[in-house]
Amino acid sequence: MTAEPVLKVEDLHVWFDIDGGELHAVQGLDLDLRPGERLGLVGESGCGKTTTILALMGLLPPSASVSGRVLLDGEDVLAKGEETVSPHRWRDIAMVFQGAMNAFNPVKTVGSQIVEPMELHGIASGRAARAQAAELLDLVGITGSRGDRYPHEFSGGMRQRAAIAMALACSPKVLLADEPTTALDVMVQAQILELLVRLTDELGLSMVLVTHDLPVVAQVCGRASVMYAGKVAESGPMETLFHRPRHPYTRMLFQATPDLYGDDEVKSIPGVPPRLDRPVPGCAFQPRCDSAFARCVDQEPRLRSVGEAQIAACHLNDVPAAVLP
Amino acid sequence: MSAEAVTAGGADPPLLEVEGLVTRYPIARSLAGTLMRREQLHVHAVEGVSFSVEPGEMLALVGESGCGKTTTAQTVMRMVDSDEGRIRFRGRDISRLSHRQLRPLRREMQIIYQDPYESLDPRYRVRDTVAEPLRIHGIGSSRAERDELVEQALVQAGLRPPELYLDRFPHELSGGQRQRVAIAAAMVLGPQLLLADEPVSMLDVSVRAGILRLLDELRRKGLAIVMITHDLSTAAHFADRIAVMYLGRIVEEGPAKDVVRNPLHPYTKALISVVPKRDPRDSTRPQILTGETPNPVFIPQGCRFHPRCPIAQESCRSVDPELRRPASATDPTHRVACILA
Amino acid sequence: MSELIQIADAPPPAETGGGRRAGFIREVMFGQKVAIVGNSILLFFVVLAVAAPWIEPYSTTKQVGAVYAAPTAKHLLGLDDGGIDMLSEVIDGARVSMIVGFAAAAVAMLIGGGVGLLSGYFGGKTDVLLMRITDYFLVIPDVPLMIVAAAVFGRSLINIIVIIGVIYWTSTARLIRAQVKSVRERVYVKRARALGAGHWRLLASHITPQVAPLLVANTVLTIATAVFAETYISFLGLGDPSTISWGRLIQNSLTGGAIFHKAWWAIIPPGLCVTIVILAATMVGQAMEDALNPRLRVGHLSVRRFRLRPLQGRLDSE
Repeated sequence: MTAEPVLKVEDLHVWFDIDGGELHAVQGLDLDLRPGERLGLVGESGCGKTTTILALMGLLPPSASVSGRVLLDGEDVLAKGEETVSPHRWRDIAMVFQGAMNAFNPVKTVGSQIVEPMELHGIASGRAARAQAAELLDLVGITGSRGDRYPHEFSGGMRQRAAIAMALACSPKVLLADEPTTALDVMVQAQILELLVRLTDELGLSMVLVTHDLPVVAQVCGRASVMYAGKVAESGPMETLFHRPRHPYTRMLFQATPDLYGDDEVKSIPGVPPRLDRPVPGCAFQPRCDSAFARCVDQEPRLRSVGEAQIAACHLNDVPAAVLP
Repeated sequence: MSAEAVTAGGADPPLLEVEGLVTRYPIARSLAGTLMRREQLHVHAVEGVSFSVEPGEMLALVGESGCGKTTTAQTVMRMVDSDEGRIRFRGRDISRLSHRQLRPLRREMQIIYQDPYESLDPRYRVRDTVAEPLRIHGIGSSRAERDELVEQALVQAGLRPPELYLDRFPHELSGGQRQRVAIAAAMVLGPQLLLADEPVSMLDVSVRAGILRLLDELRRKGLAIVMITHDLSTAAHFADRIAVMYLGRIVEEGPAKDVVRNPLHPYTKALISVVPKRDPRDSTRPQILTGETPNPVFIPQGCRFHPRCPIAQESCRSVDPELRRPASATDPTHRVACILA
Repeated sequence: MSELIQIADAPPPAETGGGRRAGFIREVMFGQKVAIVGNSILLFFVVLAVAAPWIEPYSTTKQVGAVYAAPTAKHLLGLDDGGIDMLSEVIDGARVSMIVGFAAAAVAMLIGGGVGLLSGYFGGKTDVLLMRITDYFLVIPDVPLMIVAAAVFGRSLINIIVIIGVIYWTSTARLIRAQVKSVRERVYVKRARALGAGHWRLLASHITPQVAPLLVANTVLTIATAVFAETYISFLGLGDPSTISWGRLIQNSLTGGAIFHKAWWAIIPPGLCVTIVILAATMVGQAMEDALNPRLRVGHLSVRRFRLRPLQGRLDSE
């Protein structure tokens, strides 16, 4: 059907040490990213999406423990922890961090900060590196010569572009973008999203876009996984997620998002996500779900196929069609 | 208050009326700059803004960063002094009142802020935060009386049962709950006007609707609300009227549904086209403007939007358009500042 | 109808970082080992100072033996140049040193805190004026000032306390001013202003409580400085002649020729006490400041990385 995934995550778990126990931040996540694809990883704060991509980059703090397989072009980069991750970091898989536009070193020129990863990873150095950095800036829509300027001379949108250029410094196959447009104005957001689409289409780059903003994912990604309480609740093509969601959380999340033209009622989801420092009985979403029934309270639903390339973890999918909402 | 309260037509004046508001901030000059007598530059945050709000109406001030919407709100609340223009509350000119004279007015106009995590004093329990306005204005002669008002305000803000929340500290509450506490503290004095500065942008999506619906409910009970937001979708859904701001001016204003479905200003049209839609099948072609909003220190001559305007003409460089109702408007109150509309 | 908001079984998990300050002092004082050790030492000396008249084995005025007699079982620290029991003198000296140390630090805290609060909160001309004054005080050299003050106002305990307080309030003022400036911009302060709160309410109810932990931490550190200042003031002979303090004991030993007599017991014990008290105050003060300053946390710079766990496996796969 389609090419082999360039990135395949299997059964990823992440735990954090906290006072008096452990926080199970990611609970058995699977993910696969095809070449040239833009995959969305959607969820609200605390669902584990940022932790997931940090785990893929091997950038978790010492208080974290990780298990699972992260296959980059077939090779498990998590096999021996830092040892196996670091050769790939930035060279094969790179990341644009949340708030990256504010993370520039104010006393170094933007160009030199793009050159830095090139030199660190032995891709290029000196004049050649500076020339490549200028090309990268051009690629992201900033005139190459502006690499001699300092970060404070750039606007927010331009800094975000520069952050993307920095991520592409070593020509990775996979780009992980964490909330790349969250702090930006809507027009600048449109420019950045257009850039990301162009990069993936023209360079054959594969991208995982992490965000809480559903419409952004709807516009830019072909497929998405919706996360809740450390697990994937539903995953599938964007159109299917919107028009035929098979998990109440997905449906309710769309319902909670106002649409520019739509007149349908905007409804919030009552309650709060569960604490992840203790095991959650049954379905993690059940206390807030509008369609929960008896089984949801003590039986955890498993992710299973519910349609063409669509999977969801909800007991409602096991119940005869007549009862479905 | 009585002298200006009655207008020529004898009709009630709007609750809030803002006319030709101008607010500028001088930029600090370096020592060298002062010595060389360089021209004092200003940030032209608000450059002539006029609007009015009636009780039970929600006006959304929409725009990108640098458009002056937050400064407008601060000026209306008299947290910042305006340089020119008038602010009239219930017909009374409050633009030049001293802070002592403004104090009783603080009971009538209130504000809630964007960041629920910073809005509440971390040392105050919920009870203290909501009771503070009562203490400041000397309302309620006993703790029991004040507690009663506090509980009523909490219930009104959707925090039920109030006893569960009274003794909590902010760090024990979620973002949505904190914002409701802030709303309760604003409402406990029974104001007539509420300014909401990006009230939900820092909250999770699943929680936003609850807060917005709460504001809507308060509006239906007669509260006038000016909501500042960068999110057109939220404005379209919850506001009665939308005013689109660009570089310190209102460039388009009208009923929310009209502005969104029949935008008349090229900036509004572009904004609407780039707002991401929920439905992946939506095939609106985004009209992405080049560059970014210019620095409000250097406002372009003529129409302030003309450098980025996709349909700008020769005359746009010299004419600074007024807000007026064009022929293509479907609603009599839909106005736009564009000579080509 | 508004949706019911429920807390469910327990309130939502507290956010990490930037947590509540209430009880922070307790946390540090009883939680951190450094602070516990420092506090214990300080407590010891405070008790010593308070109970001095009852504890000291001999009088501090009557000669009980030969000049510079060596330590014996009856006189653990020997005798000084006047034949007076050294141990009693050291214990007695704790009184003045501790009193001056704490009192002067309190004076510095009041002046410095006050200046910092007003300067940081009101800004503008008030700020400029107060900071100018602070600069002047910073520049005045302390020893000449003390000599002049001793000459003009006389050498009493009160004067010493005031002078030390007056010399050392400046760094507190700057620290508090910076903190107040930042707290003033917090949203909840702006909100209270919008509600109509006046300056004094804002200062008293919102700003001071937020600044208080830093002020306390800084004051504890000032105690160390003040104790040292008293020591060298007395050492220079500018101290109150009618009282015994550690500084005075050190001065005595110098003028009384203790070195010539190789009477280490007359020189070292008071100096050691001063050092230990300063160290203890610094330990506590530093622990508090560290707890207040998140930027001092450097855990993220660790070379240690995340750990691996074996594959979890699933009960049933799809």
